[in-house]
Amino acid sequence: METIQTFTSELSILEISYLVASVLFILGLKKLSHPATARAGNLWAAAGMAAAILFTILFHQKEGQPIGNIIWIVVALAIGSFIGWYASIKVKMTAMPQMVSIFNGMGGACAALISLMEFPKMQNMLAAEGVGNMLGGEGIAILLGLMIGGVSFAGSMIAFGKLDGRIGDIKHPVLRIVNLTFLVVLLVALFVILFMEPVAGNNLPIYLFAIAALIYGVTFVMPIGGADMPVVISLLNSFTGVAAAMGGFLYGNQAMLTGGILVGSSGTILTILMCKAMNRSLMNVIIGAFGVAGAAGTEAEDKTVKEISLSDAAVLLSYSQKIYIVPGYGLAVAQAQHLCHELDNLLAGKGVEVKYAIHPVAGRMPGHMNVLLAEADVPYEKLVEMEDANNEMGNTDVVIVIGANDVVNPAAEDDPSSPIYGMPIIKALDAKNVIVMKRSMAAGYAAIPNNLFYHPKNRMLFGDAKATLQKLVAEIKSL
Amino acid sequence: MEEVLKFFLEYKDMIFIITLSVFLGIEVISHVPAVLHTPLMSGSNAIHGVVIIGAIIVMGHAESTLSLILGFIAVILGTLNVVGGFVVTDRMLEMFKKKKK
Repeated sequence: METIQTFTSELSILEISYLVASVLFILGLKKLSHPATARAGNLWAAAGMAAAILFTILFHQKEGQPIGNIIWIVVALAIGSFIGWYASIKVKMTAMPQMVSIFNGMGGACAALISLMEFPKMQNMLAAEGVGNMLGGEGIAILLGLMIGGVSFAGSMIAFGKLDGRIGDIKHPVLRIVNLTFLVVLLVALFVILFMEPVAGNNLPIYLFAIAALIYGVTFVMPIGGADMPVVISLLNSFTGVAAAMGGFLYGNQAMLTGGILVGSSGTILTILMCKAMNRSLMNVIIGAFGVAGAAGTEAEDKTVKEISLSDAAVLLSYSQKIYIVPGYGLAVAQAQHLCHELDNLLAGKGVEVKYAIHPVAGRMPGHMNVLLAEADVPYEKLVEMEDANNEMGNTDVVIVIGANDVVNPAAEDDPSSPIYGMPIIKALDAKNVIVMKRSMAAGYAAIPNNLFYHPKNRMLFGDAKATLQKLVAEIKSL
Repeated sequence: MEEVLKFFLEYKDMIFIITLSVFLGIEVISHVPAVLHTPLMSGSNAIHGVVIIGAIIVMGHAESTLSLILGFIAVILGTLNVVGGFVVTDRMLEMFKKKKK
């Protein structure tokens, strides 16, 4: 492990750069959690990273040897930077969660690869020394890094596939048992390998272990509903943090250690905060009660839905005092956020007070909707958080629900059999009128029927969000 | 038991860093508003890209062609994580800034 290093100024500078990087990571995270300083925080963390990378290439030494293959390292850095940068500036804001998931998977894969390369080295060395087992800090760090990194990589790829609509949910109850079995197998295998006698070149066990970790990553995420992917990504994010920290432990590298653990612990807290926003426990998300009980709420049958015509809607909106727009992912998918802003400007011009009620989990990730609306230049003051919006619902004339479903589903309040029972919702029904813009009567992302649609206060405006908004804007203009 | 105690003594510095970092991580983000959940997740996603340092170390001391190739891949993956993570986060936060005007 970390041998006593003889003093050189290069080594000292390297360690100082790691200290600076760690401090920048901490300050960056701190700033990232306040709206006014968030962007600067991101840049601070990036600066810390750049310093750590640069000084590692320049000054890192192992047994007196400086870093070699520098040209290849720089080529790899250039390729990675270009692809990462290009993908990031090209990705649509709606596809952001998928992108984060991919990048997270890359980090996990990187950690797993490091372990895969370090294990044979360690084994050969221990075999040469005639040590009887691989039990020790190094072995534990390598195996945990491989396991957690592998799970994070495979899981992130599945999460990406689900968010992108390429992979459906498989919710067979058997999967839960398979899942648990695999976890036990992985942990047992970890101990078996640690207690194995090191034999130079005997790498089959570690490869099998890696494959098992990848499979567990898949089976871990597979049964979790698509609507819960943000929580899963956040959890896998903290996993990758821990995997990175294992690398730090292995190399006695403080920057990796602090960076990794910081993400590991803050990521876990963030995951729990996200679950809280949906009023669910992490266990509930992972074991996946979602969807299983979903079939229970069948009351919605043989109820009638009232439609509203475009001209009626236009008149109703124009002569209201106060309107709340409840945006959902459907709005984002239709790329209608700009039109939505046009509508609110138009109405504001007529003296109507228009605000947006933002559910914490609207969109595909907490805070996702704020980003999307910000992209369309909707002013910050118009975005009202759920609780404040609910307090104002009583004196609101019209609530327009655009492409949202589960976040306004009253079943969360009054139907204990509903899988989303207990989740805080935007109380659209407290307003005088509700207009739901929706493509069809299909259930939402979580596949739960919504009684709001059948409520006497509600009228439906069917059609694609973008097309309907366009027509509505034209209609209001012609009034 | 003695093994565990020996282990602790041997790695005491790192165990201290790990333990303190856990609390620090919790403390640092515990008052984040829901609006910032996504950018924060994305930003911390970029920070764990610090694993790239490990990849650089492995590649810089690679002895065989195979480990050079694997290291090369690892460095690319790590860079993707770092650069992609920070750029995506910056793009998200840029929008928050714009609406302040």
